[in-house]
Amino acid sequence: MAYGTVVVQQNLDFTVNHGDIFIIMGGSGCGKSTLLRHLVGLQKPAMGDIIYSVGGKNISSEEEKNINFWQASADNKRALMKNFGILYQSGALWSSMTLAENIALPLEAYTDLSVSQISELASLKLALVGLAGFEGYYPSEISGGMRKRAGLARAMALDPDFLFFDEPSAGLDPVSARLLDELILELRESFGSTIVVVTHELASIFAIGTNSVFLDPVTKTMIAKGAPQELLETSNDERVINFLTRGEGKL
Amino acid sequence: MVFLLTAIRPQNPNKSLKYYKIMLNKIFINYKTVNDNNCLVVEISGNFLLDTPDNITFQDVISKIESLGKIAKVDFDTTALESWDSSILTFLNHIKLHCLNHNISFVKDSLPGGVKRLIALAEAVPERKGVRKTESKSSFLANIGDTAIKFVKTSQDMLGFLGETTVAFARLISGRYKIRGSILFPIIRECSVDALPIVSLISCLVGLILAFVGAVQLVMFGAQIYVASLVGIAMIRVMGAVMAGVIMAGRTGAAFAAQLGTMEVNEEIDALKTLGISPVEFLVVPRVLALSLIMPLLCLYADLMGILGGMVVGVFMLDLNVMEYYNMTKASVSLNSFWIGIFQSLVFGKLVALAGCLRGMQCKRSASAVGEAATSAVVTGIVAIVIATAVVTVLCNVMGI
Repeated sequence: MAYGTVVVQQNLDFTVNHGDIFIIMGGSGCGKSTLLRHLVGLQKPAMGDIIYSVGGKNISSEEEKNINFWQASADNKRALMKNFGILYQSGALWSSMTLAENIALPLEAYTDLSVSQISELASLKLALVGLAGFEGYYPSEISGGMRKRAGLARAMALDPDFLFFDEPSAGLDPVSARLLDELILELRESFGSTIVVVTHELASIFAIGTNSVFLDPVTKTMIAKGAPQELLETSNDERVINFLTRGEGKL
Repeated sequence: MVFLLTAIRPQNPNKSLKYYKIMLNKIFINYKTVNDNNCLVVEISGNFLLDTPDNITFQDVISKIESLGKIAKVDFDTTALESWDSSILTFLNHIKLHCLNHNISFVKDSLPGGVKRLIALAEAVPERKGVRKTESKSSFLANIGDTAIKFVKTSQDMLGFLGETTVAFARLISGRYKIRGSILFPIIRECSVDALPIVSLISCLVGLILAFVGAVQLVMFGAQIYVASLVGIAMIRVMGAVMAGVIMAGRTGAAFAAQLGTMEVNEEIDALKTLGISPVEFLVVPRVLALSLIMPLLCLYADLMGILGGMVVGVFMLDLNVMEYYNMTKASVSLNSFWIGIFQSLVFGKLVALAGCLRGMQCKRSASAVGEAATSAVVTGIVAIVIATAVVTVLCNVMGI
């Protein structure tokens, strides 16, 4: 991972298992968001591979099963990205469209459903995130927390296998942040998605994380991986312990 | 509701000391040397605040240290310091740096507790190596090289964008994807009906100006009736299209750039990309299509308004008859001129929309970048219009139409 000649992270090697809530953590400026951009196809990594394994009935060849994301053909890549749901840091709702239209757009792009079915689905997704009745609102008319939840509804529009969250709790009050965490857990239970979360919110890390990777900005590489709770209990690395205990050390 | 705001400044317990110094809002400095002239004690008193007139600067203290020569230690006496803020920190920092560079020990023990803590805080995290941005001054030749490379890069970007848009249009025409009316129609409205008032005003005035300028000369020959020909041909062949184009560049081109730029800032374009929806197909094509469809109509309208403007001058200033003016206009304007004007407006519509969308898509992630994108869209649009007009005019001349 690099910007120009500045290396952000190198020698990263980790596996996200099916059904994981995988946390990418680390201090500010260590490259968490950049890593996420590589994972979802917004920015090509300077070197290395990102491999997605997908299951399904109509997948026969090994090549279709394990997709090397940045080397894949455009069609394979597009098919894979259809399975992505991404919640951006700011929500990134399309501001010229209502919430219902925001959620409807992915459905219109990828399915042949009728208009009424789509609007029904959009209402359902909004209800799932607690925004029933807000179909006709524009993103600028609702609060930041609601925008996040609407963004989540849009990310789930196509029932994706892979969900990515960029700082889901940033800018939310503690209670809303916890409710969002619960929503994420609920989603994994219901849809069986694999979830990748970029965050440095300790409460969230311990509440939802089942696996994680810890990036360090000084050595420019990952210095730990595993379940956050386990890391806290077993890690001997001072930097990891410092981070997971807000610098207060183990009790 | 009552809000109680209390600000507590570090107060000096030694209140009785020279009250007038507080009133004066001034800094006082005294120097004392102790220990065989090895140690300089700087006595700071008064009010050391940001809004205190800086009658004392760190240079004074440094020159004092230098003038004394063999000083090994700088100490402070702040028992008479009434109040202070960040300004004392920068003051002390300069002195500290000087001491560090000249192997003089800097004693901060006798500074007020808050000052000591703040200095310690600033020292706590040492400057990260390689973080500070260095401004390197490049040579004249290097600058020329950079500009040339940048020019090639911008041309490549433009061509790439043009190619992408063309491919997207081809996909649209071959039915590989559809544009929804709910996206296209608001854009059409924005660049048609909403633009009518300004187009009316500008083209009417341009027709008026053309007629005035022409009349001054033509009246001398008693040929004022030819004002109608002049205004008619000028408006229909070139000016209608150019004026409509320039207005749309300033109005709609800038709006396109700002819209797309803001979408880039808000990660909305990323959200499209990761959904596998091409931003070019979804955002650029509808805008280019809308403006290309609307521009010929706007141009037609601008032509009409220009002729009306000319007619006002003809009728009220040159005492021409309305029917006379109308007939002369009809007789002198050829169908060729009309088609050339309409063709040009179609080209301008495409150019303005492309310029706006290109700058919007190139926008970086900051508020000022959005402003730059809008500005640059207008400039690019108008330059493109002028160049296109020149090309079309020369071509028409060569072809003899």
